[in-house]
Amino acid sequence: MLTDLEVGLYILMLATFLGLEVIRRVSPLLHTPLMSLTNAISAIAVVGSILITGAAHASTFSRTLGFIAVTASTTNLVSGFLITDRMLKMFKTRKPGGSNGGHP
Amino acid sequence: MTDSAVQYIYILAAALFVFSLKWMRSPATARRGVFAGEIGMLLAIVGTLMRHEVVDYRLIAAALVIGTIAGVPLAYLMPMTAVPQRTALSHAFGALAAALVGTAEYYRATPHGAVMVALVFETLLGFLTFTGSMMAFGKLQEILPTRPITYRNQNVINLSLLGLALSLGVWLILQPEQTWLFPIFVALSLTFGVLLIVPIGGADMPTVIALLNSYAGLSAAAMGFALGNRLLIIAGALDGSSGFILSVVMCRAMNRSFTNVLFGAFGQVQTKAGGAHEERTVHSATPEEAAQILDAARLVIVVPGYGLAVAQAQHKLRELYDTLTRRGVEVKFAIHPVAGRMPGHMNVLLAEADIPYDHLFEMDDINSEFAQADVALVIGANDVTNPAARTDKSSPIYGMPILDVDKARTVMVVKRSMNPGFAGIDNPLYYMDKTLMLFGDAKAFVTDLVKELAEAAKAA
Repeated sequence: MLTDLEVGLYILMLATFLGLEVIRRVSPLLHTPLMSLTNAISAIAVVGSILITGAAHASTFSRTLGFIAVTASTTNLVSGFLITDRMLKMFKTRKPGGSNGGHP
Repeated sequence: MTDSAVQYIYILAAALFVFSLKWMRSPATARRGVFAGEIGMLLAIVGTLMRHEVVDYRLIAAALVIGTIAGVPLAYLMPMTAVPQRTALSHAFGALAAALVGTAEYYRATPHGAVMVALVFETLLGFLTFTGSMMAFGKLQEILPTRPITYRNQNVINLSLLGLALSLGVWLILQPEQTWLFPIFVALSLTFGVLLIVPIGGADMPTVIALLNSYAGLSAAAMGFALGNRLLIIAGALDGSSGFILSVVMCRAMNRSFTNVLFGAFGQVQTKAGGAHEERTVHSATPEEAAQILDAARLVIVVPGYGLAVAQAQHKLRELYDTLTRRGVEVKFAIHPVAGRMPGHMNVLLAEADIPYDHLFEMDDINSEFAQADVALVIGANDVTNPAARTDKSSPIYGMPILDVDKARTVMVVKRSMNPGFAGIDNPLYYMDKTLMLFGDAKAFVTDLVKELAEAAKAA
């Protein structure tokens, strides 16, 4: 049987290769929104932060750190997704004038 | 029972993250990608809240509310020119979260073995990315001086500091009970983050932001190992590889290596290069003359640089684009990968000004077209048009891929004065016979061009 560590390393390796392949295909046109999107996705740290903050018998110290961490990652994920969408709405093919609500 | 359901929710969330990035491939599907990411994140949060370990919801609810209240204005009020700063700040927040979770976990469980290795990585990367990103934010926001700050033995000092932090990390891995070491380890990581960014100048910010993006992702992945959470590993790896690819793209666009960016203190060494050249003449033109040439052209390729955004000229440029298009001139935009202050920044700035994205071209796609262009109009860009990068082996930017504007029939350069650009390198393009210098503020000059063209239209 594989240990947790080995399973984790397999996952890390495969996810890294997958990431490299998927990101390589992203149009350079969208590199800025890409970065704000991955920023929002890396706010997945919110998961660990919630576990620390909400754990039973957690010390005040770790609750405080957890609280800051949840706040920081929530700020990241909310602003990250919203600003990415705001940027993407600006990318239009048609000439301006006929307001097409941002849908290309 | 619920806990196994949570795992399935996590798997779904991971798949949605992959789709999210996959759909970023083209502007047509990108917004769907954001939606997939949002759903994935929502699932991850709801799944985590369902876990039996989570018993106290008060602080979590408060933090979620505060984070949302802070996040919404951060997304909607941020001007597009300030997106690089926001990104740096966001790297800082993400890294801080990872580092704090690692710290809390250390004091709670004092883990051993592989988990402790992961935890050391998580906190080291987290804290150094936190202060590093705050420094990058300060430089981009121009609270801190943007020029590189160097001092003697800088690299030696930085590397020994990193070495010291790493040794303490190893010690902690071997003897996690030595809790007194941990605060020192944290302090060293924080200090190293600051010192890492001190010698980096404004021109290298795009690379550094991408690199910090990668670190933030890696620290999230390390958190996944420390907490035994596979979703964190996947999301962290995706983020890490994205930051890695973007920094490679940036390095390639400047013909530089990672080590050179991090330890080279660009800009400092260059100053001597500009000195020795004889008096040469330049040709300049008035807005009226320039407008006539533009009006007679068939194909105009505009080369925008960050100076354009500094002058807030992108909306005026849109008017110029509209006017020329109406007059039957084909207008294309050539975007160098390092135009702007982060990867892809110029595209966003032009898209915001309602310039259709199918008129924006990457360097490799447009370079062959300059030979057919009647006019190459350079606004606020300098080094990325410098032909010395192709020909002059002694030039500090030799080998950097550039936009071949000098192949166009006429080159027009909107520029305030003859002062050399950011890197302090003289640009031979300006002394060519076919080059017309249009001296003035970018916004004012483009406004004048639009006015002249409108009058020509009326006269016709």
